[in-house]
Amino acid sequence: MLGYIAKRFTYMIPTLILTSMLVFFLIELPPGDYFESYVNELIAAGETIDPKQIEFLRTEYGFDRPVWERYWIWATGMLVGDFGYSFEYELPVREVIGDRLIFTIIVTFFTIIFTWLIAFPIGIYSATHQYSWGDYGLTFLGLLGLATPNFLLALIMMYLANQWFGTAIGGLMDPEFVDKPFSFAKFLSVMEHLWIPVIVIGTSGTAAMIRRVRANLLDELRKPYVTTARAKGVPEFKGLMKYPFRMSLNFFIADIGSVLPQVISGAEIVAIVLSLETTGPLLIQALQSQDMYLAGSFLMLLAFLTVIGVLISDIALGFLDPRIRLQGGVSR
Amino acid sequence: MSKSATRLPEDHYVNEAPFDPKAIEKLTPEQEAVFLASQMQLMWWKFKKHKLAVFCGIFLLLMYLMAAFAEFLAPYNLEAKNSQYIYAPPQSINLFHEGEFVGPFVYDYKKELDLKTFQRVYTEDTTKVIPLSFFCSGDEYNFWGMIPADNHLMCADIQKPIYLLGSDRLGRDLLSRIIYGARISLTIGLIGIMISFVLGIVIGGFAGYYGGWVDLVVQRLIEVIQSLPTLPLWLVLAAIMPANWSPILIYFGITVILGLIDWTGLARAVRSKLLALREEDYVLAARLMGASPARIIGLHLVPGFMSHLIASATITIPTMILGETALSFLGLGLRSPTVSWGVLLNEAQNINVVAITPWLILPVVPVILVILAFNFFGDGLRDAADPYG
Repeated sequence: MLGYIAKRFTYMIPTLILTSMLVFFLIELPPGDYFESYVNELIAAGETIDPKQIEFLRTEYGFDRPVWERYWIWATGMLVGDFGYSFEYELPVREVIGDRLIFTIIVTFFTIIFTWLIAFPIGIYSATHQYSWGDYGLTFLGLLGLATPNFLLALIMMYLANQWFGTAIGGLMDPEFVDKPFSFAKFLSVMEHLWIPVIVIGTSGTAAMIRRVRANLLDELRKPYVTTARAKGVPEFKGLMKYPFRMSLNFFIADIGSVLPQVISGAEIVAIVLSLETTGPLLIQALQSQDMYLAGSFLMLLAFLTVIGVLISDIALGFLDPRIRLQGGVSR
Repeated sequence: MSKSATRLPEDHYVNEAPFDPKAIEKLTPEQEAVFLASQMQLMWWKFKKHKLAVFCGIFLLLMYLMAAFAEFLAPYNLEAKNSQYIYAPPQSINLFHEGEFVGPFVYDYKKELDLKTFQRVYTEDTTKVIPLSFFCSGDEYNFWGMIPADNHLMCADIQKPIYLLGSDRLGRDLLSRIIYGARISLTIGLIGIMISFVLGIVIGGFAGYYGGWVDLVVQRLIEVIQSLPTLPLWLVLAAIMPANWSPILIYFGITVILGLIDWTGLARAVRSKLLALREEDYVLAARLMGASPARIIGLHLVPGFMSHLIASATITIPTMILGETALSFLGLGLRSPTVSWGVLLNEAQNINVVAITPWLILPVVPVILVILAFNFFGDGLRDAADPYG
């Protein structure tokens, strides 16, 4: 087992290096740099700038050096926790991101739990009642969630929450709690706001989840051992949960890693509509103003979270399934 | 024993009538049709059984036809404005006026200015009937940019505007704009899927065929792309597009962006299929006869599971349509004057819209319907792609 974990760890390294190169390439792609858009902004505002000052800033932040050197500084900096400097906020990226990353993780965590709570019962019902009206109806409901653009659902839910419950519009908590230290009241307020993004982001993922639970469980239910169990008089519920359901869980654990980028991705746009204090709005703003280290480090952190997720799911699979542990990997 | 039997030595009898291999197991005509049917025919039969998928296929076909004949079907031109009717609510089509049948008509708007909120308040004026006529002349347009015409499926008889789905902030007819928007929204998925299809087959094909380090590099690359959340990736790529690009260039830029990220799933499917198939004897035979790898992949291997690929590609079209909608909604995708459903939804960006002019979120209805239809249609295709299952 230890050897297997070590192997998974070594796989992580080339992936992360490739990701960092890709991310750096992407944030380098747009023509010009932050200072150019900054100068344009100042000129548009009618101010004059000393070109020397801009030149000084450029050298100061290393923009006169070749690309690969800047990449090297950025990438090695991240290894020791230095994510670069945000030009727009004039703060180290780590300080800008800090809180927002925590909120992103909170929203993501609850969304995944929500998806499971909805998808598992429905998937099990659909598999055991294949081709029934209930099966069709529930699958359709799930698909409807998938088909509705998230941002619109978020808008409508926000409106309804405001009309029915008087929840303050936008944000992850009532305005009076922002910048306040943590307290129980603040926690309650966050909970009151959290359910909208959780439901909105969750609905887009449940359909796929329901389908996969259903398909995997159906595969198991067709196997002879289920018939044997039934013939021997094992109660229907026990005969379902004890073996077929457990067997069908393999896919689900293998999926934990890949669910993360989907949920985070869905969360970004919803966060913009709901003006949540998560990473989404910040990222888009950083991209538009070419605040490149902020954007790049962000993407890198998100990718890192995903890679960790995949690692955890692989290790969990290795624990659960000796076949995978011994062959050294799951083929997905 | 018949007369035609020949008597051989050692008392063996041989029937001289020509041997009919079907004499033992008689096939009914239906069975024979099944056995002789081509692959395509089998798939078509299987697909036909999936009623919902057939229905969705027809629906999609109609939607694409609607996009093709947008100029004729839309009551107004794309940019036809009417400053007299800003944010007019949708009208409903009635048939009976005061208990009398008058054919399809709408009631005129009665406009008032709310002096407290300075909002225009529209109410139905149930005394003024505006009958509708069909196949009439209205706004002039160039059909497909070539044929000048002014025919429309439907317009108001009197010189009064009709807004069956309401109007927007410039008094433009939302129904017309939704019909025109279908052009971009429906084709963006198709072109995007073509790009990702080509990329997926080529990259996945080489990885699966060569194996070894090529496979390893491609596998890592796929892993990297899949580990980045899609939407931020789209955003980064969309941000790269210069703001001064023409709408057409942006349109193609978006399709390329959507395709560039979507190919990983297909490439994986192609790769795993090829890994299994490349050991087959017919591949070895082709290689011994001097066929190039590209020929073996393209001519001998890929056609074997093409139907599967098409089916799984159909299912990812909705992701692309939603992706375009999301990008345009954020203002990073298409921008006016280009009109897509996402651009239309861009107008519905704040909560006031939901509260005051809720009909502006109507473009979401075709989005939902088309995505659902593609899902069911793709499901049917996937089942049909394996007609023996």
